[in-house]
Amino acid sequence: MSAERIDPREPVSPAVSAPVADAAARVAGVQIDGVTKRFGDATALHEAWLKIADGEFMTLLGPSGCGKTTLLNLIAGFLEADGGEIFVGGRLMTETAPYDREIGVVFQNYALFPHMNVAKNVGYGLRMRGVAKREIETRVAEALALVKLDGFGERKPRQLSGGQQQRVALARALVIRPKVLLLDEPFSALDKNLRGAMQVELKEIQRRLGVTTIFVTHDQSEALSMSDRIAVMSQGRIRQVGTPDEIYRRPLDPFVASFVGDVNVLPGRLERRIGETATVLIAEGRLSVSADTLEGIAPGAAVDLYVRPDAVRIAEGEGLVSGTVATHVYQGSHVDVLVDVAAARGGRVTVRVPGHGASTRWPAGTRVSLDFSPADAVAFASDVA
Amino acid sequence: MSDPRKRLISAKAGERLLAIAGWTVVWLVVAFIILPAVVVGISAFNDRAILSFPPQAWSTRWFARAFSYRDFSEGFRNGLIITAFASSIALVVGAGFAFALDRYSFRGKMALEAVLTSPLVIPHFTIGLGFLILAAQIHATRTFALVIVCHVVLVLPFVMRSVYVSLRNLDSRLELAAASLGARPGRALFTVTLPLLIPGLFSGWLFAAILSFNEFTASLFVTAQATQTLPVAMYNYVREYADPTLAALSVIYIVVTALLLTIANAFLGLGKVLNVEHVR
Ligand SMILES: Nc1ncnc2c1ncn2[C@@H]1O[C@H](COP(=O)(O)OP(=O)(O)OP(=O)(O)O)[C@@H](O)[C@H]1O
Ligand SMILES: [Mg+2]
Repeated sequence: MSAERIDPREPVSPAVSAPVADAAARVAGVQIDGVTKRFGDATALHEAWLKIADGEFMTLLGPSGCGKTTLLNLIAGFLEADGGEIFVGGRLMTETAPYDREIGVVFQNYALFPHMNVAKNVGYGLRMRGVAKREIETRVAEALALVKLDGFGERKPRQLSGGQQQRVALARALVIRPKVLLLDEPFSALDKNLRGAMQVELKEIQRRLGVTTIFVTHDQSEALSMSDRIAVMSQGRIRQVGTPDEIYRRPLDPFVASFVGDVNVLPGRLERRIGETATVLIAEGRLSVSADTLEGIAPGAAVDLYVRPDAVRIAEGEGLVSGTVATHVYQGSHVDVLVDVAAARGGRVTVRVPGHGASTRWPAGTRVSLDFSPADAVAFASDVA
Repeated sequence: MSDPRKRLISAKAGERLLAIAGWTVVWLVVAFIILPAVVVGISAFNDRAILSFPPQAWSTRWFARAFSYRDFSEGFRNGLIITAFASSIALVVGAGFAFALDRYSFRGKMALEAVLTSPLVIPHFTIGLGFLILAAQIHATRTFALVIVCHVVLVLPFVMRSVYVSLRNLDSRLELAAASLGARPGRALFTVTLPLLIPGLFSGWLFAAILSFNEFTASLFVTAQATQTLPVAMYNYVREYADPTLAALSVIYIVVTALLLTIANAFLGLGKVLNVEHVR
């Protein structure tokens, strides 16, 4: 698994991304080179660059309307790009019709054929390929076993629950042994428990088959738990590509930081920058953080420090900020302690404390000092003047 | 304690009154809908050769006459031929246009739609008269082709509407799914799109057939003695005689139609036949 981080603002150099080189190295399952899509005046996708390795589980994560479905439809061939190129397995797809792309698609509403039973639905792609009847039967049975629906072949889609329909859709897409599997918010219509179970199951199936998978969701926890890598999108742009850990702990911009999980924001000032290290002055102290995210920011400029609730500790002695405990939010495995901190944006800092003892240890009204490791903080130029 | 209960009772009484009034209206409407059919049905068994009501003596001889009168049997046969051709042609043409209007955007789309639905606003006698004038120019006033073409134009909007509604309700992602599974456009059309459109196509066809078979106004202009349809034959009959034969014919007509609908319902389900499941 490649863990390299692609900076969308810095396109992969053409020498590296040449499809021939990729085919030889067998890395690029899917390669998206500067793809743009416009609908009338609106740009739904703005020069997207993305490389998805063979067998990789890539998630497109972003808020509603950011262009996730559009990118998926472009890969499937349902839409034509206005610029850029898409390669699958090193082959340029521009002239290839959807029915020749060998890409499996699972739609949000499942899109099962209502007039065919489950077996006919799953076998559809094989019939279109002219596979022999005997083989179709075995492969359909295999696919149904894979999604734990043995014996459901005779049912009509409307006689199935949402989760079962979802499995049929997955089996139908997988039975053709696609080069790439695309899933557009496949679990958004399922209730929470079922969604969790399906996530685990899909991940297992994907690992077993080793099929390159592009998964669309706007649920950050789903993205973090399932993906090899995540591409965070916003307003038609890919903002950051990285492993779940990189996305969560080293966000490249404030949007990614606040979209992927909860975050505390502490305003401060950039004191100086030496090489890779920047010194930031906040209300009650100063700390040295990575300067990666502060390119081109002059000393003296206002910056914001972003820190995750689970990175903040309630300190025994001196801390970086101080405040008063306001309330506790019990979450089962942990407690969120909400602390009123005058120096924080929004006047609040959330501290995630494992276990359940937080409310007796620091009751509401307690003065506390808060501390965190500089390595867990990311600084961005402040968008508030 | 007793006060609220009393109020409850009086509220119930009010509700009852409202319910009774409601049902009375419903039954009155139902009665007025079936009244003509009932009156005609009873008149059909009148022994006397006039259309009086209620009958004093009973007979079934008018049924025998309805069956044996040549203009009726020929009108019936002509009507079947014309209806079969007109509704089938209208189905193919209408489905094609509905498809084009639903799937493609092109210049003059609005204009085309307006023209295709215009028979809804142009009176039938205008259309009939127009075709008659045209046909006279090429000496084709006595042909089946003339009647069929005229009927196609008349029923086209209804067929188009029905197919168009079905197309609108068809989830376009089903066709995308078919494509992603390797179906070329032609195969996707025959394995996914058309099977799902069958109820809409059939109801469009049935609607067209019923309209065509019953059409009178335009048919009066475009039919000749050799091509006259049943409604025209009935009109000509009533101009000469006033006996209950037409009433008998009405009974036959109602019974046959009810039988056909029952059969269609048994095989396809009435909801599907009338396309009510598909109209939102
Ligand atoms: N066929 C279309 N015509 C016009 N605009 C479109 C079309 N499809 C998408 N758009 C626009 O392009 C943008 C991106 O849409 P897209 O469906 O890709 O979003 P998304 O990320 O999938 O959102 P969601 O999470 O709500 O599904 C939106 O602003 C949308 O309004
Ligand atoms: Mg979408």
